Amino acid sequence: MLSKRKISDRISNGWMIAALVCILLLPVIIGVALYFKSAPLLSEHTLGELITSSNWHPNKGNFGFWPFITSSMYVTLLSFVFAAPVCLLAGIYLTQFASKKLIDIMHPVIDILAGLPSVIYGVWGVLIVVPFTANVLAPLFNTESSGYSILSGGIVLAIMCIPYMLNMLIEIFNTVPRGLQEASLSLGASYWESVKHVVIRGSYPGIISSFGLGLAKAFGETLAVMMVVGNMVQATANPFKAGYPLPALIANNYGEMLSIPMYDSALMFAALLLLVIILLINLVFRYFIHKTQQR
Amino acid sequence: MELVQAKVMTPSPLKATRHEKASVPSAISIKNLDVHAPGHHILKNINLEIPKNKVTVLLGPSGCGKTTLLKSLNRLTDLYKELNVTGTINIDGDDILNTRQNVADLRQKMGLLSQRPYPLPMSIYKNVAYGLRLKGIKDKKLIAHNIEKNLREVGLWDEVKDRLNTPANNLSIGQQQRLCLARGLAVKPLIILADEPTSALDPMSSSTIEKLFREIKSHYTIVLVTHILRQAKRLADNVVFMYYGEIIEQGAPDDIFKNPKTEKLRQYMLEGN
Ligand SMILES: Nc1ncnc2c1ncn2[C@@H]1O[C@H](COP(=O)(O)OP(=O)(O)OP(=O)(O)O)[C@@H](O)[C@H]1O
Ligand SMILES: [Mg+2]
Repeated sequence: MLSKRKISDRISNGWMIAALVCILLLPVIIGVALYFKSAPLLSEHTLGELITSSNWHPNKGNFGFWPFITSSMYVTLLSFVFAAPVCLLAGIYLTQFASKKLIDIMHPVIDILAGLPSVIYGVWGVLIVVPFTANVLAPLFNTESSGYSILSGGIVLAIMCIPYMLNMLIEIFNTVPRGLQEASLSLGASYWESVKHVVIRGSYPGIISSFGLGLAKAFGETLAVMMVVGNMVQATANPFKAGYPLPALIANNYGEMLSIPMYDSALMFAALLLLVIILLINLVFRYFIHKTQQR
Repeated sequence: MELVQAKVMTPSPLKATRHEKASVPSAISIKNLDVHAPGHHILKNINLEIPKNKVTVLLGPSGCGKTTLLKSLNRLTDLYKELNVTGTINIDGDDILNTRQNVADLRQKMGLLSQRPYPLPMSIYKNVAYGLRLKGIKDKKLIAHNIEKNLREVGLWDEVKDRLNTPANNLSIGQQQRLCLARGLAVKPLIILADEPTSALDPMSSSTIEKLFREIKSHYTIVLVTHILRQAKRLADNVVFMYYGEIIEQGAPDDIFKNPKTEKLRQYMLEGN
């Protein structure tokens, strides 16, 4: 006879497995669904053509995603370049050098910033960053810009990602034991040498994974970027020009997609691309973490 | 009553050190050392002469300030901004609390062995090379030679010579602690500060560490914190008993262990055995 405890054990075990399976299946289900939805488009065009073509005229049946892919990558990369060093330095300062008072002030501030809805960052971007790009940054580089640009998108995105990544980095740096710092110092290292060799080095995997999560989040961020990036279909290397990232494409056109043939399929394909790229980012970073852990 | 007794008894151990001081020079001379944390007076007016090339054992109940005293000696207290350290600590004729000397150079005169081993997050080889490189030694051959020598000294060479480039974290705790000792010895310190160095180790590893201490003790000034009375008896040349931030008794191990002068030390030894 099964005792009551054994039964409850079995039931809770079953629940946990079911929950786990759901979580594991979710991305697969989404991916499969998106694939089937974008199948009509894929049956008319080859994958290579869709990804590499810059010809975007849905009315004429031309669907080239290259401008969207490059815009997305450009904005994400810029934001990463701005945010990563700031987060790294701020995280090190807060965990290693700052007084307890400053930490007590900063913690809630970072939490609040991380929790702000993205539309707030978008409004802030429109009010501050866009004019700043148009009136200060563009003249500085001797060009003209409306301000609605890839650069503005990168800046706004960086500001959004900083609290998110900083929070993770602080957690990670806090797990470096004090004794390790003391060991390094007692061998004759300066504070900075200790930070470099012990704190940063010891947290490589953690730093990389927080960067990876930050990148993935940045790549998928929609609203705030959409508000400042200009939303023009063009593949450009000039950050002062407007871009049109993938998430913005989907969000902007979802309402009207039924009026043009294949348009719905194309937007689903955009979503699929987004999913695949984010998965790829994750995979690449997993690989890096694996590599660094082996050393 | 106890307090009165302690007060009355302090002069005699002090006399003993004064007597010793004449024969053995001090490596470290501590005067009026006070350490304050907010709302807590951790070390209270510590005056202590630590004889050169001898083992000085710090005894005392948990929380009495032994670790804090050790950390004051190589200024690791700097790391804790809430601590306020005053007084003088003379090492090599230099007051290290108010010195203009580079703190990093100063710390290299002292090897630190902590309660738990803290191998740096790098390979075994680099762990030992770390201090050498910080000293400015660049000659690869010299570094390699030093690494072998120090790993041999702690009896680790044969165990690790084929995997010098693997992470030090993969070693067992006992091996890690010996590695930490090797890397500390590699920078050629004058003083070794050891804070319960065997408390996290299995009996084998701790007897290895202890044996090492006995072998090297004539070349180094060792300050050892331990809770193991038998270890203290085996190693000590000089015993200091602390209680709530104060030094209550000190002297030669024979005196201290055979006829403790304060009730507190007697109590401590009873519980320790
Ligand atoms: N950074 C600090 N801030 C506040 N109080 C501290 C700090 N460091 C130590 N203390 C306090 O000082 C006292 C002495 O601590 P210490 O670690 O020196 O004790 P100990 O003698 O080494 O004890 P144990 O034998 O348990 O290791 C303790 O009460 C501790 O709480
Ligand atoms: Mg201690």
